[in-house]
Amino acid sequence: MSALLSVQNLRIELTTRDGVAPVIDDLSFTLDAGEVLSFVGESGCGKSMTALGIMGLLPDRIGRIAGGQIMFDGEDLTKASEKRLREIRGNDISMIFQEPMTSLNPVYTVGEQIAEVLRAHQGLSKRAAWAQAAELLDAVRIPNPRGRIDDYPFQMSGGQRQRVMIAIALACKPKILIADEPTTALDVTVQAQIFDLLRDLRRDTGTAIIMITHDMGAVAEMAERMIVMYAGRRAEEGRVDTILEHPRHPYTRGLVSCVPHITDHLTEARDVLTEVPGIVPSLRDFGQDQCLFAARCTMAEDRCRAQRPSAVAFGTDQRADCWRAEDV
Amino acid sequence: MMTPDPLLRVQNLSVRFAVRRGGFMAAKSWLYAVDDVSFSVRRGETLAIVGESGSGKTTTALAVARLVAASAGSAHLGDTDLLALEGEALRQARARLQFIFQDPYSSLNPRLRAGAIVREPLDSQDNTAAGDRQGTVDRLFQAVGLRPEQQALFPHQFSGGQRQRIGIARALATQPELVICDEPVSALDVAVQAQILNLLRRLQGEFGLTYLFISHDLGVVQHMCDSVAVMYMGRIVEHADRLPLFNTPRHPYTVALLSAVPSVDKARRARAQRVLIPGDPPDPVNLPPGCRFANRCPLAEARCSQSEPPLREIAPGHKVACHLV
Repeated sequence: MSALLSVQNLRIELTTRDGVAPVIDDLSFTLDAGEVLSFVGESGCGKSMTALGIMGLLPDRIGRIAGGQIMFDGEDLTKASEKRLREIRGNDISMIFQEPMTSLNPVYTVGEQIAEVLRAHQGLSKRAAWAQAAELLDAVRIPNPRGRIDDYPFQMSGGQRQRVMIAIALACKPKILIADEPTTALDVTVQAQIFDLLRDLRRDTGTAIIMITHDMGAVAEMAERMIVMYAGRRAEEGRVDTILEHPRHPYTRGLVSCVPHITDHLTEARDVLTEVPGIVPSLRDFGQDQCLFAARCTMAEDRCRAQRPSAVAFGTDQRADCWRAEDV
Repeated sequence: MMTPDPLLRVQNLSVRFAVRRGGFMAAKSWLYAVDDVSFSVRRGETLAIVGESGSGKTTTALAVARLVAASAGSAHLGDTDLLALEGEALRQARARLQFIFQDPYSSLNPRLRAGAIVREPLDSQDNTAAGDRQGTVDRLFQAVGLRPEQQALFPHQFSGGQRQRIGIARALATQPELVICDEPVSALDVAVQAQILNLLRRLQGEFGLTYLFISHDLGVVQHMCDSVAVMYMGRIVEHADRLPLFNTPRHPYTVALLSAVPSVDKARRARAQRVLIPGDPPDPVNLPPGCRFANRCPLAEARCSQSEPPLREIAPGHKVACHLV
C-alpha cells in the first residue's frame, strides 16, 4: 500500500531581516492511513512550519516552499492552486491549534462555526448542516449538545473549546488531522479527556493524525512513530517504543532524560536532571553544512562541525542523523 | 529525625473577589478563590502547591506575599504575621520573602540593564552601603550561572532560560528566607527547564532556602518538593509528604490527577488504570453544597453532595478532605 502522505526533500524558506533561512531543510517522511505520527522538538525547530507547509498556510510573502514535494493521494500539494488547496483544507486535511481560546471566532456561535464548514465543503443546506453540527458536538462529548450549540466560545471552558475545534476539524471526515500542540494550554485531566477523544475518533473514522508536541509523555501515549526535529532538520525517526528504549541521537536522549518523568514508586533518591546545555540556534545559523546540534552536544567531534551528518539506520524502523549514532 | 520547625505557617487563609453577574446593577456576589486554607512549610524544605488552573494555587501564594489582599486568616513567617503588617513594617518584611514569576519575558523591566534589575531590591532595602551592593550583584550573577559582563545587557538580549536566571538572582538579592516560585519553568522549553530546576535545587542547598513551589506539572513537582498540597476549587484536598502523596495518594482527585499524567514509562502505562474524571469543575460563584469534587468524582456517594468533608489527618502528616477515606 502506498503512503497517504509522502513528503520528499521538503525545503521551506523564511525571509528574515538577516536573509533567507531554511526553516525546514531537506525533510522527508511518509504517513500511512490511520497512523499517528508525532513531531517532537523544542520551539523553533520547525515542527509547526512543517504542518503549515502541508496545509499551504505558510505566512504570506515571508515563507515559501523552496523545494521538494508533498504528495497527498497522488497529488503534489506544492504545485496545487490556491483554489484547490482551499478544497483540500478542511475536507481532506484539517488542523487544530494550540490555543483553543483564540482560534475560534468570538462573535459567532459554535454551531454556526461548525455548520459553516459543512456548508462550504459539502454543500449541505442550512438546516442539514445545523443538525449535523449538533451530532458532531455530541461526538466530541459535549454534554447537552442541542443546548450548547447556540453558545458563544466565551461561554465554554478551554477543554470544551478545544472539543469544538476538533468537531470543526472532523466535520468533513478528513483523511489527515494535524494537531499542533492540541493540549499544551489545557489542564492535565482535560488533556487526558482530549487524548481519549482523539484515540476513539481515530478508531471510528480511520483518520491519520500528525501530532506536534514537545511532551515525550504525550508522544508515548498517542503516537506509533515519531520524528525528532532539531533546527529544521530531522534528528531521529522511528517507532516510539524503539526510540524511547534506545535513542540513537544525543538530542533525543537529552529530550527524554531532561524531564523529570512521573513514577508511581517514588523513592528518596533524587538525581540531578540531565541538562542539554545551551539553546536552539537562531534562524540565521540554520542550513550550515555541519551538525547543528554540535554546539550543545557532549559527544561532538571535529567531523560534526565540518559536515552535515547523514542518516544511519538501525533495524528497519529507526534512523538517526548523527555521525556518532553507533556510540549513543 | 527531628522535624524542623515550620518557617511559614498559613492558617485559615481566604481570598475573595467581588463579581457582578448580569451587568452593573446586578447584586454583588463573592468568588472565594482561596477558601479557608491552612498549610505549613518547614525551614529549608520545599512545599509544592499543585492543582489545575482556577484551583487558587497562585492566589494563595500572592496572598502570602501580600500581592493580593486576603479576606481572612494569618500567614506567619517565623514569628511575624505577614497579613497583619502595614506600612514600613510590611516594606521591611518584604525582604524576607521574594517571588520568582512564571513569565521571564514580562517580569523583567525592559528598560533596565540586567545588573540594575538584580540591584534594585538592594537599593530599595537600603541596609547595605552602596559600594557593597555591586559586590553582592557580582556574587549573585555568579551563583545563577551568568557571566559578569552580562550585567550590562538588557533583558531582550537574553534567552528565556537566562532571563529566568536573572529573575532568580533578583529574588535572592535581599537574602530572603522564603522564595515563592510561581510556575518557574512552565514558560521554558523542556531542555532549558532542567537547567533551571537543577539551579533551584543547588541554590536551595547553598543558601538554605525555603521554597513555596507552585506548579501544575506533576513530574516537576515530584522532582522538586518535600511535601505537597493539592488544591481543588480553592480548597486543599490533600496535604502530605512527597513519598506518601505520590506512592499512596488517598483523595480521588489526587488519584485522578496523577493517573492523567502521560508517561514515557511503558510499564506504568500498561499498569495504570486511567481514572478519567468527566466534565468540568462547578461554577465557583455558585458552589454546590457538599464536596466540590463530588460532581466529577468516580466514587461519590449521596453524603458527598450534602456535607463538605473537612481536611483531617488520616496518618501522621497526611491530611485528606474526603468522606470516603
